[in-house]
Amino acid sequence: MDIRTTTAQLYLDNVTVSFDGFRALNALSLTVESGEMRAIIGPNGAGKTTMMDVITGKTRPDEGDVVFEGQYDLTARDETEIATLGIGRKFQKPTVFDMHSVEDNLLLALKADRRAFAGLQWRESEAQMRRIDELLGIVRLRGARERLAGSLSHGQKQWLEIGMLLAQEPKLLLVDEPVAGMTDAETHQTAELLKEINRYKTVIVVEHDMTFVRELGVKVTCLHEGAVIAEGTIDQVSENERVIEVYLGR
Amino acid sequence: MNGLLIRSLDRGATAFLAIVVAAAMIVPALNLLLPETSPLHVPTYIVSLFGKYVCYALLALSIDLIWGYCGILSLGHGAFFALGGYAMGMYLMRQIGTRGVYAHPVLPDFMVFLNWKELPFFWYGFDHFAYAALMIVLVPGVLAFVFGWFAFRSRVTGVYLSIITQAMTFALMLGFFRNNFGFGGNNGLTDFKDILGFNVQADTTRAALFAASCLFLALGFLVCRALVSSKFGKVLVAIRDAEARTRFLGYRAESYKLFVFTLSACMAGVAGALYVPQVGIINPSEFAPANSIEAVIWVAVGGRGTLTGAVLGAILVNYAKTTFTTGALAPYWLFVLGGLFIAVTLFLPRGIVGTLSHWWRERRARGETAGEIGGEPAPRPAE
Ligand SMILES: Nc1ncnc2c1ncn2[C@@H]1O[C@H](COP(=O)(O)OP(=O)(O)OP(=O)(O)O)[C@@H](O)[C@H]1O
Ligand SMILES: [Mg+2]
Repeated sequence: MDIRTTTAQLYLDNVTVSFDGFRALNALSLTVESGEMRAIIGPNGAGKTTMMDVITGKTRPDEGDVVFEGQYDLTARDETEIATLGIGRKFQKPTVFDMHSVEDNLLLALKADRRAFAGLQWRESEAQMRRIDELLGIVRLRGARERLAGSLSHGQKQWLEIGMLLAQEPKLLLVDEPVAGMTDAETHQTAELLKEINRYKTVIVVEHDMTFVRELGVKVTCLHEGAVIAEGTIDQVSENERVIEVYLGR
Repeated sequence: MNGLLIRSLDRGATAFLAIVVAAAMIVPALNLLLPETSPLHVPTYIVSLFGKYVCYALLALSIDLIWGYCGILSLGHGAFFALGGYAMGMYLMRQIGTRGVYAHPVLPDFMVFLNWKELPFFWYGFDHFAYAALMIVLVPGVLAFVFGWFAFRSRVTGVYLSIITQAMTFALMLGFFRNNFGFGGNNGLTDFKDILGFNVQADTTRAALFAASCLFLALGFLVCRALVSSKFGKVLVAIRDAEARTRFLGYRAESYKLFVFTLSACMAGVAGALYVPQVGIINPSEFAPANSIEAVIWVAVGGRGTLTGAVLGAILVNYAKTTFTTGALAPYWLFVLGGLFIAVTLFLPRGIVGTLSHWWRERRARGETAGEIGGEPAPRPAE
């Protein structure tokens, strides 16, 4: 494949990942255009998280190509390099730094020189504090600024992680199950927030919550057993026979 | 509130530094200036004993930096301590000159005894203090760098890392036990005469060594404080609690670990170098895996991730050890130490200083809640 021919922001071709013979991803192919928001659905164990692991360098595929911006081969890079390229990730199980304050969590995520010596010379700057303040406002955590992240509720941690994702200023955001554990109102707010983010960034969001996916109103890809079984609008996908079979067959 | 927290922490750090610097001045003064009959006179053996504890405290500090703040549990830090000690010992050996038993102008006694004709190349330069001082930080530093380079790059963590650090110190011990290794075999290096031209046995020298140990402890503490209160330190804690997450944020965790691990080894080397002239000997038993484990226990007792706790733990446990091993209970010391470790793990997992500062923070958080009129919930540290 000549990787330069694709204009897609993210291009997965024929990606296979097996764990002890079990294929978590089975010749998965997927293209996401720049500026797009894509929702990924699929039953438990479909390989959604594994797909994100492959994109972010956590898992190396046995086969296939993963290309970012038509030029970066992600299979040859590690997590740090991929993050530096501009791919940010929110984990399925919210992972924040429990022993750091909410503010420090955002500070650590803030786009800046990541090298060790930069960390030694770092000084608190007005601009950074303003940005953190702004982010706290966006994810509605102003009142929790000084609290240890470990003491936040599940939903608040989800939001903090989204805040950290924004702080990184990535080009592509991978968001794994952002509304798990959220109330209806919070779910709605999250959808609004993601739509807002999508005005400037490419977003891939994995979610089980159909109301939420419907609210996003974007192209949907359904995975099953590590491969794409349907793609289209939410209505097209939810009427697809294979999809119905897969969801009801369980 | 964060500013306040930092300021109050700084108060603690300042108080700690003041105590250490005051000890550096007052103890030698009480030893040298007061007559022996005075009730305030500090005998020389106490000065040396506490000088030794202060060196242990510096070792504990170096362990706390990597274990408490970065989650690297090294069970081989005694090796870096011993290497620094050997570097100092080599300098001291070469100061003996013709005053050795065999009165050889260049070769230390053990080499004459082994019928060696000339000084091995790795002993060159150790007659100069400046060179020895360089080696005191360089040798442990380079070993830690090389070790860390391989270990952290291949992402060896947790218990596996602890095991290979144990293996490292054990291997070094076996090496140093051998006569042909060139470091005096199982007798090690001893019978020192002078340091920088002063008699190592003299009261004034011992007092000066005590003061130097305190000053290096203060310096080590300052370096650690500066490090852990910078953004670098925040990244270290992030690596400790969720290493993978820091990588996804774009941090190269292994570089951070390599840096603190190497720095910590250099600190341990300095501690060992200050220790040797005060105890008068360095031998391969300093590499014993048990020594490294003991040092980790000091930190656990005092409170990991607190710095001051590491110092306190080292001094308290060693004071207890001295008290025990000079009494009738001497054979049971290891049981006491083991029991202490279990008790701390079960009942005082934050250690002494950690528990106190946690309690203090809780109390203040409660105070703030009481003082609040509605509004946001008060901050509460997580468990
Ligand atoms: N490290 C691993 N080792 C072995 N099997 C794994 C590993 N990671 C994932 N799997 C398996 O791969 C399959 C796909 O897992 P994945 O987490 O990607 O599913 P998912 O679509 O995210 O599901 P969910 O909706 O439950 O989050 C599952 O059967 C899982 O058990
Ligand atoms: Mg998943």
